[in-house]
Amino acid sequence: MIFKLIKRVREFKLPTILTLIFIVGEVIIEAIIPFITAELVNNIKRGAEMESVIKTGVALVLLAVLSLVCGTVAGFTCAKASAGFAKNLRHDVFTRVQGFSFENIDKFSSSSLVTRMTTDITNVQMSFMMLIRIAIRSPLLLVFSVIMAYVMGGALATTFVVVIPFLACGLFLVSRKAMPAFRRVFKKYDRLNESIEENVRAIRVVKGFAREEYEKQKFGTAADEIRSNFTKAERIVAFNQPLMQLCVYFNMAFVLIVGSKLTIQSGGDLIDVGQISAMLTYGMQILMSLMMLSMIYVMLTMSAESVKRIAEVLEESPSLSNPESPILEVADGSVDFDDVSFKYSAKAKRYALENVNLHVKSGMTVGIIGGTGSSKSTLVQLIARLYDVTEGCVKVGGVDVREYDLDVLRGNVAMVLQKNLLFSGIIAENLRWGNPNATDEEIREACRLACADEFVSTFPDGYDTYIEQGGTNVSGGQKQRLCIARALLKKPKILILDDSTSAVDTKTDAIIRHSFKQYIPETTKIIIAQRISSVQDADMIIVMENGSISAIGKHEELITSSEIYREVYEQQTKGGDEE
Amino acid sequence: MNDKMKMPKKKLNFSALGRIIKLLYTFYPRLLFVIMFCLLFSSVTAAIPSLFTQNVIEDIEVWMVSRDWDGAKEVIIPKVLLLIGIYIVSISAIIVQTQLMAYLTQGFLSKMRCTLFERMQNLPIKYFDTNKHGDIMSHYTNDIDTLRQLVSQAFPSLFNSIIIVTCVFVIMLYFSIPMTLLVLVGVSVMLIMSKKIAGGSSKYFIRQQKAVGKTEGYIQEIMNGQKVVKVFSRENQCIDDFDKINDALYEDSKRAHAYANVLGPIINNIGNVLYVLMAVIGGLYLLSGLPNISLSGKAFGISILIPFLNMTKQFTGNINQVSQQFNSIVMGVAGAQRVFEVMDMKPEADNGYVTLVNAEYDSNGELVEANHRTGIWAWKHPHGDGTVTYTLLSGDVRLDDVDFGYTEEKTVLHNITLFAEPGQKVAFVGATGAGKTTITNLINRFYDIADGKIRYDGININKIRKSDLRRSLGIVLQDTNLFTGSVMENIRYGRLDATDEECIAAARLVGADDFITRLPAGYETELVNNGSNLSQGQRQLIAIARAAVADPPVMIMDEATSSIDTRTEAIVQRGMDKLMEGRTVFIIAHRLSTVMNSDVIMVLDKGRIIERGNHEKLIAEKGTYYQLYTGAFELE
Repeated sequence: MIFKLIKRVREFKLPTILTLIFIVGEVIIEAIIPFITAELVNNIKRGAEMESVIKTGVALVLLAVLSLVCGTVAGFTCAKASAGFAKNLRHDVFTRVQGFSFENIDKFSSSSLVTRMTTDITNVQMSFMMLIRIAIRSPLLLVFSVIMAYVMGGALATTFVVVIPFLACGLFLVSRKAMPAFRRVFKKYDRLNESIEENVRAIRVVKGFAREEYEKQKFGTAADEIRSNFTKAERIVAFNQPLMQLCVYFNMAFVLIVGSKLTIQSGGDLIDVGQISAMLTYGMQILMSLMMLSMIYVMLTMSAESVKRIAEVLEESPSLSNPESPILEVADGSVDFDDVSFKYSAKAKRYALENVNLHVKSGMTVGIIGGTGSSKSTLVQLIARLYDVTEGCVKVGGVDVREYDLDVLRGNVAMVLQKNLLFSGIIAENLRWGNPNATDEEIREACRLACADEFVSTFPDGYDTYIEQGGTNVSGGQKQRLCIARALLKKPKILILDDSTSAVDTKTDAIIRHSFKQYIPETTKIIIAQRISSVQDADMIIVMENGSISAIGKHEELITSSEIYREVYEQQTKGGDEE
Repeated sequence: MNDKMKMPKKKLNFSALGRIIKLLYTFYPRLLFVIMFCLLFSSVTAAIPSLFTQNVIEDIEVWMVSRDWDGAKEVIIPKVLLLIGIYIVSISAIIVQTQLMAYLTQGFLSKMRCTLFERMQNLPIKYFDTNKHGDIMSHYTNDIDTLRQLVSQAFPSLFNSIIIVTCVFVIMLYFSIPMTLLVLVGVSVMLIMSKKIAGGSSKYFIRQQKAVGKTEGYIQEIMNGQKVVKVFSRENQCIDDFDKINDALYEDSKRAHAYANVLGPIINNIGNVLYVLMAVIGGLYLLSGLPNISLSGKAFGISILIPFLNMTKQFTGNINQVSQQFNSIVMGVAGAQRVFEVMDMKPEADNGYVTLVNAEYDSNGELVEANHRTGIWAWKHPHGDGTVTYTLLSGDVRLDDVDFGYTEEKTVLHNITLFAEPGQKVAFVGATGAGKTTITNLINRFYDIADGKIRYDGININKIRKSDLRRSLGIVLQDTNLFTGSVMENIRYGRLDATDEECIAAARLVGADDFITRLPAGYETELVNNGSNLSQGQRQLIAIARAAVADPPVMIMDEATSSIDTRTEAIVQRGMDKLMEGRTVFIIAHRLSTVMNSDVIMVLDKGRIIERGNHEKLIAEKGTYYQLYTGAFELE
């Protein structure tokens, strides 16, 4: 439950403790106020002097002010503590995710991480607030009231021996029965939300096939399932109130009958009328605090799911870490794969890469060709140590990648990912991801190499053009060229393009490749492509199939030696390519 | 930019509250009254016991002197028994009310969800194109959730408090009007205070909501691009940026909750002070001997002051309870407003009266309507003079001088004229934004044209019922969307009454049968998460099979193969070729190899057709198509 996360309160410990203290103060004052009130009423009843009435009145007002102060301060500190707790949790989760390796990232979908950092943490924040406000309040009130009831009511207090266990059992039963019902509801809820999302995303299919009525029916069934489950759960919880009322009423009846008997029989010696009223008041208070305790129990259990999901992220340890004494220098851009095998998880049946041996000299241009699922991306991701090999080893500059400092390695191995992304912000800012200290001239230079300068300079705002989230306001080809420029700014020893020019026309594609050759000759260039034309003049072409290297060679060799290569080549040139 | 940041600062309109109540009444007219009756009953009975106790205590005081329990028993026990009787009735009323309330709340929410969904399904595509999916979703999650709070808690508590306050108020007037006025003054102070605090609270809650939106937007962007972040070792920079946003959220959240937290103590203690004031002023009033004004005409005395003080407590207690509900009412109204906004949107207009029917040829060779599936379809066209004509569905589509714009100010298609005869293959080529997809959006009436005419088998498509028009057009899109369910169910989506055999036959036709049978559970394999357990090519094949089982005479293929690699494309292409045989096809493709063998290719630029003809003709013209073909031009 929530206690698992409690140590992350950190700097908000003080407001948390202050909240507890002021709540105690408030409870104590609240317990005193009825006393004084009773006296005030008695004074008036007795027709006492106005002076004494005013005196108790002033005392009461003072108490009210004190209670107000306590309550207000507690309200503030409590808000601060819980909002701070949530802030720390969000920070911790976010930071933890930043430490994730690709393997960890694959495990959590990005939307689930978003939910964990928003909805789940808000849930925890709310229950933390409840916890520090009520969790101390109701037990305290309970103890206080029980003591007072015994002091005041004596024998009459035996009623609680019956009522309290009865109510406690009842509330416990209700909560226990309701909990699984609620959990079922939440699952169904998730399902319903998923299906709405599915519908909204596929709305063109829905409308295209004129399936609106069918979808409505489908939705109706799902909604009805939630309704029936939720009703069931709520109906169980709905028993709390009558149960509570039953106890209050039992208490009243008991006190009235036994109390009046005892009072009358003893002529008011054993118990007097005032005690009877007090018993009624405290009885009410005791039962109320029990009720609140049960509410907390329900809340805590309901937030337990959120806590679990948050803890899952926090407890996920990054599968990659820096070596103890990392190497801080990459000698050159050579790449070696020695008997490399790799699978994405220990449990996976199939290796994604099997027995790969590959030797690339620094400065070479390497092309990689292969169908989807042939593990082209997997292969290159091992070079930047985005994943660790399962067997064998990958060397960069003659050194095992696992011996480098991660930042150093990735600074020297620039990757343009297949699913590349620009972030919201101006173009120059986006490009500086490659090098935070890049000058405007360096940025322009990189863009010229990537053939991006030609279109960026046509924008009215040039390099200050704002990029929308996901880069939706530039075309696919432009986005790819900007991503290449961003990688170039790292001045890497190895540059990997994972299908990064697919939306760029063949002519520009050729120009980019040409300028690579001319301006960054010592950088090793590894290019994954769909188009043969993108790789055919490479020093080395690798043909991948089903996780292993099917053929290596130059274009002319592969045309004759590799059937796959030839097939793809012919398909792409059929109809007479006039290039 | 995150849309939530731009949340319109709409004023809360409490008419939404009335509408909710009205809806509750329309959905559950009788139930609502039963619940209200039970509530009324239980709040009244809740007041009775305290009167009884007072009465019994007076009895005790009388009998205490004589210590005669046997005598007192005769008086007290029947009273207590009567009280127990009331208790039993009261508890029964509470049980009935709370049980029915659970039923009512959930039923109401379910009906709201369904109504919302039904209305949404009938909204034009434009709604889905112009609203973020996350925002649409939040109507079903956040907004409906706020209604739950409102209906199940705020309403009963409000109702309850209103009853009690009214009762108490009347009794107070009965006892003493000047003292009642005094209470009213105090209560107004409480109300003013709670309005002030609640106002501050809702202001910060709205700010908190915005901050949450901003945080969510940032998290989403970074989580989506997490791999890019790693590749560039930008982790620390991201943490710093996040901390700034996170801090802002913390500030707003802290303030919002602080306001909400202090409301209770403040109202409560104003109540306490008011109580004391009443006691003191009441005491002075007693001493002064001023005349009382009241409905009962009783003189002011101790016997009035004491119950009056109790009632003051009850009165303020209930005000406190109402103020505690203030937040959920404000939030509920805001949520309801957003839901109603969607419900009130104008649905997709459909004035079509030409319908698609099964047809057959009678002995005279005339086309007549059939009441069973014949494989022949006809447009049933009722005319103004009462006659009905039948036109064979053949798939002849003509656009005549069509103009269109997504907004009135900006026309994106100009003077588009084209025709596709049955069985012809028409291809669109052009840059993103040239209007290729827009044309297909007009043919199936996802959007309506501004000017010109579109005819389908000679009938103006505006006269055709939308669902029938769309039934006669199959679409395969670039983004395949599959549904949660088995492969079989997904294929059957194309035609709901298709048998298993027909679905399998369709899959076989397009070449999907092969891989489907190799799936763990074959056609019964469950797809989840848009078929994420399948490869892109496999998903596309299922989508093609889905279109095949619908067997429409006209097909629209919008970039159906562009996100598939060349080798897989070859397989999918075979499936598409099979599907396209004998149909009118509109094809939009990124790779020219896909469109080369079309009967006619339209090259579009900025919403105009700039070149048209078959491959050979366009190559010979050495225009834009030629440049595209030779790779001198970028397609996107």
